[in-house]
Amino acid sequence: MHRTICKALLLVALLLIWANRGFAAPIAQEEHTDSVSAGHGPETGGHESEKLNPGDFIFDHIKDAHEWHIMSIGHTHISIPLPVILYSKTKGLNIFMSSKFEHGLTTHKGFRLVTKGENKNKILDEDGTRPLDFSITKNIAAMFFGVFIILWIFLSMGKVYRKNPVSAPRGLQSWFEPVIVFLRDEVIKPAIGPKYERYMPYLLTLFFFIWINNMLGLIPIPPAGANLTGNIAVTMTLALFTFIITNVSGTRDYWKHIFNTPGVPWWLKLPVPIMPLVEVLGVITKPVVLMIRLFANITAGHIVVMGFITLIYIFAQMSAGLAYGVSIVSVLFDVFIFFLELLIAFIQAFIFTFLSSIYFGLAVVEHHEEHQKEHA
Amino acid sequence: MLSIILQAAAGSGIAQLGGAIGAGIAALGAGFGIGKIGSSAMEAIARQPEAAGDIRANMIIIAALVESVALFAVIVCLLAVLSQQ
Repeated sequence: MHRTICKALLLVALLLIWANRGFAAPIAQEEHTDSVSAGHGPETGGHESEKLNPGDFIFDHIKDAHEWHIMSIGHTHISIPLPVILYSKTKGLNIFMSSKFEHGLTTHKGFRLVTKGENKNKILDEDGTRPLDFSITKNIAAMFFGVFIILWIFLSMGKVYRKNPVSAPRGLQSWFEPVIVFLRDEVIKPAIGPKYERYMPYLLTLFFFIWINNMLGLIPIPPAGANLTGNIAVTMTLALFTFIITNVSGTRDYWKHIFNTPGVPWWLKLPVPIMPLVEVLGVITKPVVLMIRLFANITAGHIVVMGFITLIYIFAQMSAGLAYGVSIVSVLFDVFIFFLELLIAFIQAFIFTFLSSIYFGLAVVEHHEEHQKEHA
Repeated sequence: MLSIILQAAAGSGIAQLGGAIGAGIAALGAGFGIGKIGSSAMEAIARQPEAAGDIRANMIIIAALVESVALFAVIVCLLAVLSQQ
């Protein structure tokens, strides 16, 4: 049954790509060089209509978009259009495919897709305001794909465990069971203590979500290959979940340590509550740091890979032979960086989970011995 | 006097310069930090080879934490480089 689902999905994907070959629109003859970016565009003379802007080129591959761009052959773009779901106060709910925008050349029902400048890849209304945008963008489509993979793996594993719980693991189980047991025994149980089972589902989901989406981001073939965990909104959501669970499961001791830290002289708490302020800042910065760490690591990895590839194009604009030479070195470096990225994918997922479990552990800890010392 | 200086400095790309230098310093910091972690891990493994697995695991965790600080600096430098005028 899984095989038929796979085949059906593959067929649908191929059908979409084929159907949209006809929607490819020629790029308008606009100069990219005046768009503001980190681009140190090569100063080759001639005004070709499509001068390569490295900054734009790199960041276009890293940022979100309303269509899934696969490749450009000369002036035609091959891309899969994605649904655009907009809600504006004046026009209500609008749902249409992003192919109606034709890469930003036409407006549809008054909405237009911005292709340059600071609102790039965002949809603006006719009066310049942004409607509420619930579109299925490239990152969301990639997230659905990643979630589909995770559900497929773990639901089928769960079924096997339910059928015969005491048999030796085989197949998918032998891949994932050691990882789950490692996480439980080395990471979660030591960090949280006896109440660890309440947090296991969230922490395991977190780990596998981050790990699998990191890995999918490295595969360049659609529907994988979108920079999902390098999107700060996604990492912010994950950090927000950790923040909420930490503070909801905080015991009285946890809050006492924040607002009335034991062992600290009284003049740091009254009249100017310096210590509580510092502790509250700590409570907020910890998830923020989690968010930035994951976002920066994954995005930096993608930028490095894209940078090496862009190097080939930069040299190509100077001479073709140089480009061939550079491409060998560049591809070798890319392979090396990809191996590093595989390691980083796992490490970042592990660090996020490890630190989340430490925060949960700090929140649920009961300091009975501290009370004894204080009242002694 | 200040306005003359500001006018001369405007548009000269000082933000880009600052961003690039900052990224270089961040790389230095990361290199120093992770180098220290690596060296103490090597010494610890040399003293007790059978703890190599534990030491390696902790080394990687702490290296990831130090690296993330360097990446904050990289993000700030990227913002500086990409800022207009």
